[in-house]
Amino acid sequence: MIAILKYNAGNALSVENAVLRLGFPTMITDDIEVIKSAEKVIIPGVGEAGSAMNYLKEKGLDEVIKSLTQPVLGICLGMQLLCEFSEEGATETLGIFKTNVLKFPPQELVPHTGWNDFTILKGKLFEGINTEENCYFVHSFYAEICDETVAITDYILPFSAALQKDNFYATQFHPEKSAETGIRILKNFLSL
Amino acid sequence: MLKKRIIPCLDIKNGRTVKGINFKELADAGDPVELAKRYVDEGADELVFLDITATLENRKTLTNLVTRIASEINIPFTVGGGINTLEDAKMIIDSGADKISLNSAAILRPELISEIALTFGNQCVVLAIDTKFVNEEWLVFRSGGTIITDFKAIDWARKGAELGAGEILLTSMNNDGTKNGFAIEICKAVSEAVSIPVIASGGAGMMEHFAEVFSQTNVTAALAASVFHFGQIPIPELKNYLKTKKIPVRI
Repeated sequence: MIAILKYNAGNALSVENAVLRLGFPTMITDDIEVIKSAEKVIIPGVGEAGSAMNYLKEKGLDEVIKSLTQPVLGICLGMQLLCEFSEEGATETLGIFKTNVLKFPPQELVPHTGWNDFTILKGKLFEGINTEENCYFVHSFYAEICDETVAITDYILPFSAALQKDNFYATQFHPEKSAETGIRILKNFLSL
Repeated sequence: MLKKRIIPCLDIKNGRTVKGINFKELADAGDPVELAKRYVDEGADELVFLDITATLENRKTLTNLVTRIASEINIPFTVGGGINTLEDAKMIIDSGADKISLNSAAILRPELISEIALTFGNQCVVLAIDTKFVNEEWLVFRSGGTIITDFKAIDWARKGAELGAGEILLTSMNNDGTKNGFAIEICKAVSEAVSIPVIASGGAGMMEHFAEVFSQTNVTAALAASVFHFGQIPIPELKNYLKTKKIPVRI
């Protein structure tokens, strides 16, 4: 069973739909026992970092997430919450990935909205995907490039489009909204 | 590189698409979900569903439709038409829409933009502006283009962005339906006035029109309905054409 973390941020429904279309049983849940025993866990997210972190702490989900040993995928805000610190609301986040989340300088349109490709793609999540393929992004904050960066996209500046460390995976883009390319990336995760 | 987006718009009435559609292989061309799936396969970057009936009794039909679209479509989609309150927006977003589009209700009560943006994020709010060049001025119309307001398009776009809209959907009523091309002048002015994405709408008749609006203005997306529905411009052909014109598109 694939657990999709239920918290006060949007798009869990889109992720659930995408996972179901791929034929995997899934459940949107904030039940700690269900999350701990799930085969894989997805942290979706469209929302604000500060209030999302507060919610996770209130429910005791912050420590649960950090303790997970099965594959975990953070998406968009879900990825940013796995980093160390977010400029959005000056928020201490979960600290899995040793990188910070900063606001885009306003040189171009912000949020970065639409389909973008990659300059670097590596690791299991991107098997069979090439850098000219496009995924759907919509975000005003970005994770700085670090040792755990496995995909880089360029918008205003090069940033982490995906991160990976041990059992933790994360994408800044929305695989569940990235048409056929997104489906293959999700499938790679679900087949880990 | 960030790609320019091509967005087909589907008009919905009582849960069905209106306007004749000539996708022959579709068993039921009136079903918005079937049509939407076809557009996704062809490479549409996003979809807009506009509920043109937008009455209270149709709300349930619409939310059921949104749920179906969300379960079958894996690209972002916007739903608009008759969204007057935060509750209306919540109903549509909770059913699975990625964004809602506001028009008349935002003109009558601009704070609605902020209310929805604060609840769901700026990226959820598309401000639709219907504008017409009258008396040397691009003025904003509401209620499906039937009522003139004293809002100027550029000012209203700026105000909308300040209030928290994440995108502007700019329709030129002078160009809409003419197939003579997008309204370059106002698309340019609005897309230079705001720092959020602007979607050009109204007037697409040939592939050249898309190249023109992307190369001469800062819009990041172009929306059209009939040229796609009637198969005059197949999306794959349009994207290949734009690519030859050095306009970045997702193929």
